Amino acid sequence: MTENKITYAIEAADLNLYYGETLAVRDIDMQIEKQKITAMIGPSGCGKSTVLRAFNRMNDLIPSAHATGSVLYHGKDIYDEDVDPVEVRRRIGMVFQKPNPFPKSIFDNVAWGAQINGYQGNMDELVEESLRDAALWDEVKDKLDKSGLSLSGGQQQRLCIARTIAVKPDIILMDEPASALDPIATLKIEDLMHELAKEFTIIVVTHNMQQAARVSDFTAFFNLGEDHAGVLEEYDVTSNIFTNPKKKTTEDYITGRFG
Amino acid sequence: MRKTFENEIQKLKDDILSLGSMVEKAILDSVDSLKHRDIPRSQKIYDNDEVINQKRFEIERAVMIAIATQQPMAHDLRLLASLLDVAGELERMGDYAKGIAKINIVMGEQELLKPLVDLPRMAEKTADMLHRALTAFIEEDVEMAKAIPDEDDEIDALYTQIYRELITYVIADPTAIERSNWLLWAAHNLERVGDRVTNICERTIFIATGEMEEVDSSDDEMKI
Repeated sequence: MTENKITYAIEAADLNLYYGETLAVRDIDMQIEKQKITAMIGPSGCGKSTVLRAFNRMNDLIPSAHATGSVLYHGKDIYDEDVDPVEVRRRIGMVFQKPNPFPKSIFDNVAWGAQINGYQGNMDELVEESLRDAALWDEVKDKLDKSGLSLSGGQQQRLCIARTIAVKPDIILMDEPASALDPIATLKIEDLMHELAKEFTIIVVTHNMQQAARVSDFTAFFNLGEDHAGVLEEYDVTSNIFTNPKKKTTEDYITGRFG
Repeated sequence: MRKTFENEIQKLKDDILSLGSMVEKAILDSVDSLKHRDIPRSQKIYDNDEVINQKRFEIERAVMIAIATQQPMAHDLRLLASLLDVAGELERMGDYAKGIAKINIVMGEQELLKPLVDLPRMAEKTADMLHRALTAFIEEDVEMAKAIPDEDDEIDALYTQIYRELITYVIADPTAIERSNWLLWAAHNLERVGDRVTNICERTIFIATGEMEEVDSSDDEMKI
């Protein structure tokens, strides 16, 4: 692959994120590769989740939050005035820390997003395909009319992933998707992430360093700068970050000396 | 959690040094016993190799437990992986000393072909290099580790010298072939120790820098 042929899934340039007057994250320049898994790690409060939410304008929902700089998606800054944030969030989906299925049937959970987007195709097929892609179909195919809330935590999280992919996004943002799950459910989610990366670009925030090491192709280490704003300290291929990081702060963080 | 881990690492480093000194002693003693034809002492070295092997397994177990429980990263990970490797190198060096002890045992009542001069020098040189290589390893002294492999030339030169000398004995008296071969095998074992010392130095550089590079250790083969 030559340099000029690389087009990124999404690209932050000079991105600064504020909560009111407070600068939360400073000077983020970050290119996310397509159909790869990029992990964002760092100590609490370093702004990694804030950056993740900036990638689909989820911060818009927090009244005091605003951004400067740009987030380019298909060459377009998603913060431009003529951009519809709802459309952004359809193309760039999000999975949260705590599974949050709707209090509806499993089928409706998956179909819901497509329905409000005016999906014209065969809904049964879409639901099945999404549940298969989320590695949940075999476990729920006989009880699609049961409530999504009747599933186990790990199943609920995969249901949320199925709901996210049903609207055919390009990018899936995951904010600690496995932190509320037991080890087996966690490994299922991680296997699923590998499968999903064949089709989607995944960006995942995780506090679990081993998870970042296991699951991701690239790792971004965020840290608190001297002015207490989060900064992107080091960003590299995951194997480099975890075997031979370039910065001492990265080394200190991943070896448990702080954070 | 970090403190427990630091203690485990310190214990492992101590264990490697203790394994290293067992091996160093085995190398020196095996050649000294051969020089003095002290078969009972060689038998002890031969039997004691089992203790060296057990120590290596003990270190391996402790490293694996540390990896499983602490999930080391970066420098810690490189150090633990290298400890596994170095424990293996030392154990093999112990085997070479055992091999020299065995040569003395199988020689039985036969006399040495010649009084040993270069072989003890070779043993002292390799043991000294090993000692310093382990110091560099524990202290992660990259400069020291980079300098040691060059000294392997001296060991190779001694090996070549021993080979040439033994050839002259064989030419003069073909019935000396067996006794000549025994000494050549002993020299060969020491030459192999020198190569493995170089491997330890490479690990030291790897731990400190993260770069896996082959140090330009002179030829592994003898120059005839």
